Amino acid sequence: MPGLGASFGRGAATNYQQDLANSDCVLFMGSNMAEAHPVGFRWPLKAQARGAKLIHVDPRFTRTSAMCDVFVPIRVGSDIAFLGGLINYVLTHERHFAEFVLAYTNAATIVEDEFRDTEDLGGVFSGYDPKGREYEPAKGGWGYQGSEAEGKARKGGTTAHPTGYRQRKAGGGSHGMHGYGLMGGASSHGQPRKNATDVPGGCHRDETLQHPKCAFQLLKKHYARYTPEAVAEVCGCAPEQVVRVAELLCQNSGRDRTGMIVYAVGWTQHTTGVQIIRAAGILQLLLGNVGRPGGGVMAMRGHASIQGSTDIPTLYDLLPGYLPQPAADKGHENLDEYVGHEGLPTGYWANTKKFVVSLMKAWYGEAATARNHYRWKWLPRIDRDYSQLPFFRDMAQGKVKGYFLLGQNPAGGGPNAGLHREGLRNLDWLVVMDWFLTDSANFWKDAPDGPPPQGVKTEVFFFPAAAAPEKEGSFTNTQRLLQWHDKALDPPGDCRSDAWLVYNLGKKLKALYRGSRKAKDQSLLHLTWDYEFDEPPHLPDGTPSLIAGEPDVSKVLQEINGHSLTETDPSTGKPKLLSGFAELKDDGTTACGCWIYSGVFPAYGRNRARDRERTDNPVEPDWGWAWPHNRRVMYNRCSADPDGKPWSERKKLLWWDEQQHKWVGPDQPDFPPDTPPHYRPPPDATGMDAIGGAAPFIMKPDGLGWLFAPGPAKDGPFPTHYEPVESPVGNLFYPRQPDSPTTRYFEGPLNRIAHRPTPEYPVVACTFRLTEHYLSGPMSRFNSWLNELQPEMFVELSPELAADRGIEHGGWLVVRSPRGAIEARAMVTRRLRPLRVQGQTVHQIGIPFHWGYAGETVGAVANDLTSLVADPNVSMHEGKVFVCQVTAGRLDGPAPRRPTEPFAPWPTRAAVPDTPRAAQPEGHLT
Amino acid sequence: MIPLAVLTDIAAELPNAFPPRRTPVPDADADEVMGFFTDATLCIGCKACEVACKQWNQLPADGLEFTGYSYDNTKHLGATTWRHVAFKEKITPDFGKWLMVSDVCKHCAAAPCQQSCPTGSIVYNEFGSVYVQPDICNGCGYCVVACPFGVIDRSMIDGHAHKCTLCFDRQTEGMEPACAKSCPTDSIQFGPIKQLRERARERVERLHEQGRADAYLYGADSVGDYGPLHSFFLLEDHPHEYNLPVAPPQPLRNQAPRYAAGLAVGAALAAVAAFVFGRAARAAP
Repeated sequence: MPGLGASFGRGAATNYQQDLANSDCVLFMGSNMAEAHPVGFRWPLKAQARGAKLIHVDPRFTRTSAMCDVFVPIRVGSDIAFLGGLINYVLTHERHFAEFVLAYTNAATIVEDEFRDTEDLGGVFSGYDPKGREYEPAKGGWGYQGSEAEGKARKGGTTAHPTGYRQRKAGGGSHGMHGYGLMGGASSHGQPRKNATDVPGGCHRDETLQHPKCAFQLLKKHYARYTPEAVAEVCGCAPEQVVRVAELLCQNSGRDRTGMIVYAVGWTQHTTGVQIIRAAGILQLLLGNVGRPGGGVMAMRGHASIQGSTDIPTLYDLLPGYLPQPAADKGHENLDEYVGHEGLPTGYWANTKKFVVSLMKAWYGEAATARNHYRWKWLPRIDRDYSQLPFFRDMAQGKVKGYFLLGQNPAGGGPNAGLHREGLRNLDWLVVMDWFLTDSANFWKDAPDGPPPQGVKTEVFFFPAAAAPEKEGSFTNTQRLLQWHDKALDPPGDCRSDAWLVYNLGKKLKALYRGSRKAKDQSLLHLTWDYEFDEPPHLPDGTPSLIAGEPDVSKVLQEINGHSLTETDPSTGKPKLLSGFAELKDDGTTACGCWIYSGVFPAYGRNRARDRERTDNPVEPDWGWAWPHNRRVMYNRCSADPDGKPWSERKKLLWWDEQQHKWVGPDQPDFPPDTPPHYRPPPDATGMDAIGGAAPFIMKPDGLGWLFAPGPAKDGPFPTHYEPVESPVGNLFYPRQPDSPTTRYFEGPLNRIAHRPTPEYPVVACTFRLTEHYLSGPMSRFNSWLNELQPEMFVELSPELAADRGIEHGGWLVVRSPRGAIEARAMVTRRLRPLRVQGQTVHQIGIPFHWGYAGETVGAVANDLTSLVADPNVSMHEGKVFVCQVTAGRLDGPAPRRPTEPFAPWPTRAAVPDTPRAAQPEGHLT
Repeated sequence: MIPLAVLTDIAAELPNAFPPRRTPVPDADADEVMGFFTDATLCIGCKACEVACKQWNQLPADGLEFTGYSYDNTKHLGATTWRHVAFKEKITPDFGKWLMVSDVCKHCAAAPCQQSCPTGSIVYNEFGSVYVQPDICNGCGYCVVACPFGVIDRSMIDGHAHKCTLCFDRQTEGMEPACAKSCPTDSIQFGPIKQLRERARERVERLHEQGRADAYLYGADSVGDYGPLHSFFLLEDHPHEYNLPVAPPQPLRNQAPRYAAGLAVGAALAAVAAFVFGRAARAAP
């Protein structure tokens, strides 16, 4: 997600899935959309029916490849090389959308003289500190020439910040950085502070794009060696295939045509994931495929509502709405310092204080006042990386006492699952809330690698969870769309919603601490925590709900939406709900739980996430509600030319209406609605006034899409090909720098890494998903109807590899990685093929990660093989690629227990009360 | 005297005289005849149709066997499997094809299962689909051998024959069948068969224009000399690749010759008997 943030300003899919139908060309890469997102795949197929070309670039021939017009097999982990080849093709053949690039990207901006490229330094950018394995952008000259930050940095001689706070010199890589990264705005580096487009005396520009230090020329130089031949050598494909894909993309871009790039966890789960996505962003900016119908980058999310859980984060380093969590060592001591540090003077982040103050008012109510800095001190400070990977490493070392798992299964789904299970075994207590007794709930007795149950000290508490139809709430899906679902019936037995557990736990904790005068307890005691139903809740059939203590989650959404603390709603007498984030104030007169969601609940009884109205508007604005402000295509100012006219009739979405003096079109403008296209900001302008009328990326301080990213990605301003942490070949482009120089390692006896190519592990492995199962299986492996479709753990391999190792189709094989070994059935298929890479044959295998030891079908845990390494931006592991050895046969030792009876008593034949005949089970199979 | 017209009518009804037909066979082109159009070029092999079918019709899982037939662990249609997604990998070094199609009862316009049913359990319902009434079925299994597509099967649980009902129960409530409802890519479409045929022909034309010259319809009109199917397919390869017969045999065709042969044998036996016993009678005193 920071990959998108660094390029465009927000870390979310730019368009909506239905918009894929408007594309003229769709490139699927790092995504197996037909299998992992089958419902959304109807839209690319609709585009294909109109004549659009679908391209799949993937290590395996999948059900997505089967539907595409072009399939290119590449080696796992060579994505940046391939995308670099496409960028190089566009630039060398001058196929970029010249007007778009000049006006809407930072192509013309001139970068500081000190900046050195990987081409100059043999695989690292300037500013690299090999000891700390991280970059110091200010030292490396990653900033813009003429920017304020650059000037101050020079004068002060330190890595100065425009607000005058000194930067931490080292250790910037020690925390994750979702906040900065996702929105791409605030940054701790010397980076543009001024609107570069039009401000005299602002950043230096060269409109001819000829200056050797302008972003465009730097980009050209950086990718000059990524020729089709070199790329083919790295990726294991043919040079003609690179050219073919590039040609198709070029032919389907420009004024009249648009193309989309679709990715998913096939890109994110790499140590270079952020940079792969950055490369896609650069390519789309060059081709003019951003903010336009059918043009953008679609990030297909890997779980239900995972977009929602970064918006209202479950991440340790974020506050709601992509505000960074205050840190102990970053000059976040008081609120104003924090705002000065993390806000930006220009662009939309100039409003940071409004967001933070409203958030504190939402959380602490009347206890938060201007005099006490809105209780800023009550927020916990982070002092290091508390993300999942290092946290579980600490857990395995016995440093963590207790843990809550709600809807997560690290014992099967965590990278290096063996280490995750070791972590769980070293807890004192564990709470698991799930539908079934998952691998994580049963690890103490069923894990094949564990000691006997009496040797595990962890006390496990299991809470049966309610399913989606048994509770109300909202999902935020891949296209930032909030969709509310009502409760259809009460959950059975002791099952309760997750919200029930959290709400009642909070109430009990508040009661336990009641009366405490200790300073550390005050934030808990004063936390607003009242979500009681006004009237007893009823089910849709009119009967009262029998569940006691359930919170009214629509009140939670109202709190997230925000309300005024001075005005009241005339019809209810309650505080007036806000109609959007434009109403937020920094003087403590508004409360808002997440500024980007403001507007979803604009009035009592008006939950816009619940809207289900179909209209003839192609963007369907009345179906659910999308953040920000119901804009369905972000950066849609790009769909008009700098003068505000559509690029073409066919691809029009938003345009300037001179008569009405505003932006009009089917979508909500992602732009100040009445800023005319020819507006040029005065030199001292701040906030949104500093964004020119032709600067579409309003979250960026200069309003432009970033070809060269002065921040916020911690691993460089340009994507560069590095080999995965484990690879059977060296780095052809930078032989002295095989892996990404900023990768973080957590090595130990439970997490060994094969750093160099070794004959011990010559095969490349890639994990993948099947349509028939979901994640590590806690929701699907307990259902017979799904299990019968994919009943056993298997591994896909090519006939060539199988013949070499004496493995028979359908027989057993063993896969061994430096972390562990698993056995599985062999699926020998021509859908996998050996590749020629740098003169040697590389075999690849595909491993589905859906099995574990709990459930109706059991099998080896694929994640026992994957490693614990982390990318520097978001602590993402590299589950998608590692090295291994494959042999025929089975493992010694006990195989996982094989259940004999179905867990779920299907089919049911009991009559469903008050239900029409057609919905009744036929029950004829007695 | 019986008029000639009545005699010809009786003659025309003779093939229907045995086994007895409890319901009239609908006109295949009637407006109310409903059916499926399954477009293999849009099938992504997600198997949502299989799960939706089992869930709606409350059919049990049939076992947890890893077959190794590509991603097909369902293997075939049966008494408890009314939708089956077939997979066929055809991968060459320079081009890959992975054929997928969701197979189902063909709801034939002239259905051998219905023709062979001695109890009248199998009928055409008001939507023109072939429907098994399990409470009447005596489990004889004639339909199982009669079906040239291997669709209908006898259940080992209750002994009756079962197959796709075209979600008769849903249709009576104005809903489309569960599989069509759940299909994310509209590979399975449900509707009046006349409209579906029109839509399918347009789709084939469109595919031909886009250079996919192999696309054709299977069963929209007739397959060889077998009548049209109310559940027809758009395919892009030889029917064999999808486990479909090129020329499905029509067992009823054998009925007249076999009756004739039977009568002839009977007549011959009678003649022989008459001859033998006649001689014996004559020889007797």
